[in-house]
Amino acid sequence: MERTIRVLVAKPGLDGHDRGAKVIARALRDAGMEVIYTGLRQTPEQIVSAAVQEDVDVVAMSILSGAHNHLFPRVTELLKEKGVDDMLVIGGGVIPDDDIPGLKAAGIAAVFTPGSPTGDIIEFIKKNLKRKA
Amino acid sequence: MDDSAVSAERVRAGDARATARLISMIEREDPSRLAVLKALHAYGGKAHVVGITGPPGAGKSTLTDKLVGDLRGRGRRVAVIAVDPSSPFTGGAILGDRIRMQRHATDDGVYIRSLATRGHLGGLSRAAGEAVRVLDAAGYDDVIIETVGVGQSEVDIVRIADTVVLVSVPGLGDDIQAIKAGVMEIGDVFCVNKADKDGAERVVREIRAMLETAVLNGAATRFTPLFEARSALRGADGAAPSATPNLGSTEQGAFHHIAAQVPGHPNLEIPPVVTTVAETGEGIARLVDEIKAHEAALAATGFLRSRREANLAWELGRGAAQRVLSELERDESREALTELARSVLDRDIDYYDALDALEDAMTRTRRAVTTA
Repeated sequence: MERTIRVLVAKPGLDGHDRGAKVIARALRDAGMEVIYTGLRQTPEQIVSAAVQEDVDVVAMSILSGAHNHLFPRVTELLKEKGVDDMLVIGGGVIPDDDIPGLKAAGIAAVFTPGSPTGDIIEFIKKNLKRKA
Repeated sequence: MDDSAVSAERVRAGDARATARLISMIEREDPSRLAVLKALHAYGGKAHVVGITGPPGAGKSTLTDKLVGDLRGRGRRVAVIAVDPSSPFTGGAILGDRIRMQRHATDDGVYIRSLATRGHLGGLSRAAGEAVRVLDAAGYDDVIIETVGVGQSEVDIVRIADTVVLVSVPGLGDDIQAIKAGVMEIGDVFCVNKADKDGAERVVREIRAMLETAVLNGAATRFTPLFEARSALRGADGAAPSATPNLGSTEQGAFHHIAAQVPGHPNLEIPPVVTTVAETGEGIARLVDEIKAHEAALAATGFLRSRREANLAWELGRGAAQRVLSELERDESREALTELARSVLDRDIDYYDALDALEDAMTRTRRAVTTA
């Protein structure tokens, strides 16, 4: 049986806008993935714990508050602490281009800013899964 | 983590990653799961398995979140399996039950797993049964299964749960809904959620009337045998159950709390109908009391064992049928089936002879059906 891709869509931090996250969740669903949505205002600890309990292949985070330089790396750090090395972590939201290299260095595999076609995100996930079928 | 790192020891030690991965292996029916499941078998049978079912939007997830909180307050470790539907077209799914439960995400005494139905009908996913056994063996005291939002006939939950909580809400339909067969018959404990909304009292009355009428009609119900066994235990003198609100911590308390009287019929009783406002937590403690009282009554009467026997017998039957189906899906089997189909269409043999031939072939080979 073909492996179903499981994705945790998470909203770290304090901003209360999840229209973008929901659009992504829906697009991934329509691409045949199982999407677990955490809801708003999650701590990195909650996100990592949910990712582990749900055994997801991908953690996709969205931030609009500007706290990405702190919260995204904190998630990859916690995953590393737990010995999780087989989850693809991606981010999106209002993120200045200058911040992207630093985020990638911190283990965020890709950063999708406003206007990114959902098709690109789906394709990136399918091509970059760390766990193979 | 590699799948081969998943072991019964790690699951037993409360390793959430190993438990989570094992459930994924169950979901994709990976044969390598079997060794771990077999090793876990000896540790199972202790958890109280509680089903939460009801229509979409009844508040099942919020209610489950509050039940988890209350049970944690009683010192119990809790696992949740939350099922949501897969798209029949893309296979994708939005698993959104977890949103309501995320406050428990970092509590080591709670494990929450979302499952998509992946084409399975009946309100659960095919993996649910094995996943429950894993979480039971992992040492969780309570395993709560939240079904998909059900319509009228998704009753698989009765085959897995010791105690089924049927959640209703005001505003869904008239009183004819309460007397239809199906979902409304499977509750051990009834819950009317969103009880602060208009019409809640009417829903309570309708459910009670539905249950009372079943009793007065002498209909076979899920609860009557349990109540009868309890009465027998209580003694022929029909001594009244303890009036102390003991909330399930003793058998007397348990007995007191699994039933409500039918007005005008002092010997007849129906399951409790609890009103809750899950959003605020109102009524949750009472609901947990009723759920635990039901478990205590099942245990005291021997019905816990007999219900599990009946459920497991059913599941074994279904498992065997599944094996047969898998055999029939093999290429060799398909050829043999096509061969037989041709013979039937050519009027060489009839449909029933073809079935007999198939059955013979399967019994003979105990594997795939091959052309004789």
